[in-house]
Amino acid sequence: MNSSSEIQNQKLTSQLDLDLDFEFDQPSGKLRLRDLLDISPTLTEASGAIIDDSFTRCFKSNPPETWNWNVYLFPLWCLGVVIRYLFLFPARVLILTIGWIIFLSSYIPVHFLLKGHDKLRKKFERYLVELICSFFVASWTGVVKYHGPRPSRRPKQVFVANHTSMIDFIILEQMTAFAVIMQKHPGWVGLLQSTILESVGCIWFNRTEVKDREILTKKLRDHVQGAENNPLLIFPEGTCVNNNYTVMFKKGGAFELDCTVCPIAIKYNKIFVDAFWNSRKQSFTKHLLRLMTSWAVVCDVWYLEPQNIKPGETAIEFAERVRDIISVRAGLKKVPWDGLLKYSRPSPKHRELKQQSFSESMLRRLEEK
Amino acid sequence: MGNTSSMLTQYDIEEVQEHCNHTFSQQEIVSLYQRFCQLDRNGSGFISAEEFLSVPEFAVNPLSQVNGVASDLKHPHEIKRLLRMLDGLNFKEFVAFLSAFSPHATLQQKIEFIFKVYDSDGNGKVTFSDMLEVLRDLSGQFISEPQREQVLTHVLEEAGYTKNSLLGLSDFMKILGNTGLKMEVEVPVD
Repeated sequence: MNSSSEIQNQKLTSQLDLDLDFEFDQPSGKLRLRDLLDISPTLTEASGAIIDDSFTRCFKSNPPETWNWNVYLFPLWCLGVVIRYLFLFPARVLILTIGWIIFLSSYIPVHFLLKGHDKLRKKFERYLVELICSFFVASWTGVVKYHGPRPSRRPKQVFVANHTSMIDFIILEQMTAFAVIMQKHPGWVGLLQSTILESVGCIWFNRTEVKDREILTKKLRDHVQGAENNPLLIFPEGTCVNNNYTVMFKKGGAFELDCTVCPIAIKYNKIFVDAFWNSRKQSFTKHLLRLMTSWAVVCDVWYLEPQNIKPGETAIEFAERVRDIISVRAGLKKVPWDGLLKYSRPSPKHRELKQQSFSESMLRRLEEK
Repeated sequence: MGNTSSMLTQYDIEEVQEHCNHTFSQQEIVSLYQRFCQLDRNGSGFISAEEFLSVPEFAVNPLSQVNGVASDLKHPHEIKRLLRMLDGLNFKEFVAFLSAFSPHATLQQKIEFIFKVYDSDGNGKVTFSDMLEVLRDLSGQFISEPQREQVLTHVLEEAGYTKNSLLGLSDFMKILGNTGLKMEVEVPVD
């Protein structure tokens, strides 16, 4: 690892230490038995982490407050449930079905009949994908406010956004047909991925396959060079977060491609529905059904000013700077953790820094008289 | 207290409060219960060492290791010290564990807790190797093993003990009793 990444890692880890809000290095004076036996600072940190930690907070879905337990409000709430499930939901299913019929009856002919005329075919397919996404958004009564200039199709640019649920993609896609990098999913979602989304140029990866990364980076680079390709959309957090926090952006992918990064911030209004998809707790189908039986999905999308890597800035710093821009715009708190820690343990580097600090303090005090 | 129910009754709260010697308020116990349910991902009614280690902030703590090796938990008999104290706790025991960190806990309770972390075989005596192991966890590769032994022996002898001394709880009280131990964590209450 080169030295600037080392420094970067140390900077981020000391941010971690600051977040832990505990000063370890206060004692001074000659080293005595009690100093070695007194492990209270480390124990305090451990218990602090057990009681509350910033990583778990990122994935907590706040249960809706029960406001209906009251003689007057309860019947209203029941009425609401009836309307939502018996009227809204069937109407939405109908809209979605109509949408799919229109889409499939247009897409399939276009895809096969216009095989020779690629440019025209792609144009139609793009439009149709935007259309079906609009139908999806309508099926949850999505009220989306877009702010800022619409993404344009230019080479050497990449879009990044914070990630709350797979519907982020649909919400953005209805405005612009992006090519997205996604985790390959099983089931009906996977089917859609391999057929329709392939045509807009989406790229798949498998989180668990490490050697995938190089192949993936090459695919990304190639895609970004092509002027005819749809603009590339990446979710650098690598996982869904609950729209109150952002986890660290992965530098690989969006920030190492030598191109302009255009940040997009997405913020959902929790009053209407909590759009966070807790992929550990529910399948995407259940998540969609929950959205379709809520009143509405209200969110804001901000297309922010494109950023370029500054001279002397590392990819990690660049990623953090863009994360900062997005977090500030969407009112999200930043957390110094890697989203993939959901699936794996942290690297030993963090612990080693603590051990190093402890050892240095101990040896220093040993010298004192 | 039901394993599967997520509701804590007033009776349950009082029972837990009794068990931890009133070191936490009822509100704090409710908060801790929410946290417990969050950590107990499979809803089994107790938190396994694995579930604790899935909290990154805890996993990077030097004392969550076992003998200087990041625990992969393939060999259960190797779990010692902090992880052993945490593995398989139900809610009552979870609160009792954390009670040493309450601002209302006495200095005696805190020192007892520290003693328990050292005394891995629970026989009431802390040996040289116990202390060496903890030191190893805390310092990692940054101090050589011979140097660690030398430093430990040196401070032990200075305090009037030898390498072969077995320290009991009263010894710990004597050694740590005047240090103004700071070992407190705040329970967030919504």
